[in-house]
Amino acid sequence: MRQIEAAQVTQAVKAAAIAANYEPGADLLAALARGAETEESPSGKEIFRQLLENARIAKEERIPMCQDCGLAVVFAEVGQDVRLVGGDFDQAINEGIRQGYGEGFLRKSLCHPLTRANTGDNTPAVIHTEIVPGDRLKLTVVPKGGGSENMSRLYMLKPADGLAGIKEKVVTAVQEAGPNPCPPIIVGVGIGGNFERAALLAKKSLLRELGQANPDPEVAVIERQLLEEVNCLGIGPSGLGGRITAMAVHVLMQPCHIASLPVAVNIQCHASRHQEVIL
Amino acid sequence: MAKTVKLTSPLTDQDVLQLNIGDTVLVSGVIYTARDAAHKRLVDLLAKGEPLPMDLAGQIMYYVGPSPARPGRVIGAAGPTTSYRMDSYAPTLIKMGLKAMIGKGKRAVEVIDAMKAYKAVYLGATGGAGALISQRIKAAEVIAFPELGPEAVHRLEVEDFPAIVINDCQGRDLYEQGVREYRRTAAR
Repeated sequence: MRQIEAAQVTQAVKAAAIAANYEPGADLLAALARGAETEESPSGKEIFRQLLENARIAKEERIPMCQDCGLAVVFAEVGQDVRLVGGDFDQAINEGIRQGYGEGFLRKSLCHPLTRANTGDNTPAVIHTEIVPGDRLKLTVVPKGGGSENMSRLYMLKPADGLAGIKEKVVTAVQEAGPNPCPPIIVGVGIGGNFERAALLAKKSLLRELGQANPDPEVAVIERQLLEEVNCLGIGPSGLGGRITAMAVHVLMQPCHIASLPVAVNIQCHASRHQEVIL
Repeated sequence: MAKTVKLTSPLTDQDVLQLNIGDTVLVSGVIYTARDAAHKRLVDLLAKGEPLPMDLAGQIMYYVGPSPARPGRVIGAAGPTTSYRMDSYAPTLIKMGLKAMIGKGKRAVEVIDAMKAYKAVYLGATGGAGALISQRIKAAEVIAFPELGPEAVHRLEVEDFPAIVINDCQGRDLYEQGVREYRRTAAR
């Protein structure tokens, strides 16, 4: 058994939370640069240029890319040969979020659902823990903005609805979201599983490098078709009209009940932030 | 043709009546911030007949919850939040004399109707460009509800703050026009 200290977890989460908010990934920058080249609408092109400039300022001037520094989603893959010592795992993660959002000058965006009183330190994080083979611990911090999360949808379709029904729902979700979730967006789609698994698949699909296809060719085709349909909507960057409403559609799929066809659409704004660290 | 207009707050009817959808506006002067929780407080104060922390006549409301300022800085990232969540409160404030709102995303028909009736406009700032936009903010001060943290009402002094006219006083909508221009039928 390999031992990992809770304090190491806290340090890793803190650093990842800060980096995610200040340093846009190379995949995102490349997608924005491509958009600035290929978008046909003049206002859409201008938005892409602004977003590239925004990313540069964020990194150089140490200002978060977006003022919505997100609810912190943390994906933890814990090797089964890892033994965590020196503290409670979830508490260690939340301490990392608390320190990262405090010391990193990030906005604290969590509140009591009814009184709306701010929790003051952006905790609790939403933590998804999986046990995997090996003796390593992988932590991925995903700050998720509220505006795009609000436009996300979950549908329990009938098996008879099939792929056509799935496409219709994904396109409808993006159309209804319109300019609200800060397009150009990334559309995460979860197909199958059950009620909660479909949503988790949709969120997990957003961790993939932007625009990289699903390794399953059958799913990759669905991704391409969905991207084409979504980009026919004409919403465009900032919703001002244009060809690029979405920079990518990512799909994850798994078997479901014979009675069901769950589909989740998790919309990600262009500030796609995720930072991975392996201990 | 879309034009670029420099505006300084407080705004007059004439200032907003000259604006058409698609125009670029560069705002200078004082603007106020408020988002969900602050709007609820403002409307609750009005319902109780109590004074607001600011005189709304001719003013501009920016829907934003900025991130904290680093020491020596004016403000952190400060891009717009999604405006529809303020739709149930906005007509009340427009009737009080509010002349412009800055945010992102679609507005309800009630808000668009109020803008027509009372001569006000809705301006869109680039969503997710919080670092870029922050550079146009020259001063920031919390003037009400500090306990709301990022949702507190700030008085901002801005210089050439860039925005696009999404809804003008004639009830037109730039989002609808943009989609009409670029929408095409998907081949299935």
